[in-house]
Amino acid sequence: MPERTVPVRTCFVVCAVLLVLTGSSVAVAHVDLRGWNTLIALLVAAIQALLVGQFLMHLRWSPPVIRLAAVAGVVWLAILIVGTLDDILTRGWLAVPGK
Amino acid sequence: MIGQRAERGRGALGEQFGTFEQQHQSEELGMWIFLGTEIMLFGGLFTAYTVYRTVYPDGFAEGSRHLDVLYGSVNTAVLILSSLTMSLAVRAAQFGRQRALTWYLLGTALLGVLFLAVKGLEYQKHFAEGMVPGLVWQYVGPLANQVELFLFAYFVMTGLHGLHLGIGVLAVLLFAARARRGGFPAERHAPVEMLGLYWHFVDVVWLFLLPLLYLFGLSS
Repeated sequence: MPERTVPVRTCFVVCAVLLVLTGSSVAVAHVDLRGWNTLIALLVAAIQALLVGQFLMHLRWSPPVIRLAAVAGVVWLAILIVGTLDDILTRGWLAVPGK
Repeated sequence: MIGQRAERGRGALGEQFGTFEQQHQSEELGMWIFLGTEIMLFGGLFTAYTVYRTVYPDGFAEGSRHLDVLYGSVNTAVLILSSLTMSLAVRAAQFGRQRALTWYLLGTALLGVLFLAVKGLEYQKHFAEGMVPGLVWQYVGPLANQVELFLFAYFVMTGLHGLHLGIGVLAVLLFAARARRGGFPAERHAPVEMLGLYWHFVDVVWLFLLPLLYLFGLSS
């Protein structure tokens, strides 16, 4: 018996859930939620990514070192985006002499 | 060590590894580190997108409205189905069912080609509408420069994603040819598993491109 085989049922259920989530994301996008649209759509995409990672990429059954490697990439990306926005959004808050 | 080498049904053990479990984990860890560099590659683009969208929210919303959400949604469904066939291919490889593996891989490649074909039709539409920055740009309006910046981000992000998918399709076809010749017995399924990780990763990138490029202009 090979290690970490994903049951057929799980493959089908996960992909069905992914399709439903995409459908609902597209449907919700047509409703104006006053600036919350993107956040909700990204949240749905994050849930989808989590499902793909945990089940189809079998992180759920992987040893901690591999889960850590997967999370490290995402954390790095979060640092990049938060750090960059920290700069972009706060420019002009303080008067810089000579500017 | 000699005893482990002869372990039935597990293939050859590299001499730098103590056990088969350790060897398999190393292969998987290496693949994940490669995927980490891929997150950084796409992450740079996602960050650039975030910055420009923060600075030019109106132009980006206007640009997004010029994309057709139908193409984006259909392609998302195609990619999710291809992930299904890919996960079934990995399963078939783990159990050494090489005939099934060949067919699942061919199905995955076919869905990948379908995605690229839809993408090609969509690009053609942008050319016809004169909305390709640097090549054919006929859009006029008060926000023309910002809209052009959005379309530029769109082409770079979807282009890089399409390139990854194209490479994926080629790899899947090579693997299918090898599986057809019986090149993936159960004890040597790891390469198929790694290809699966790559394929699912490219799928996940698209799951984020859909809301960021296609969906956000719809309501605003």
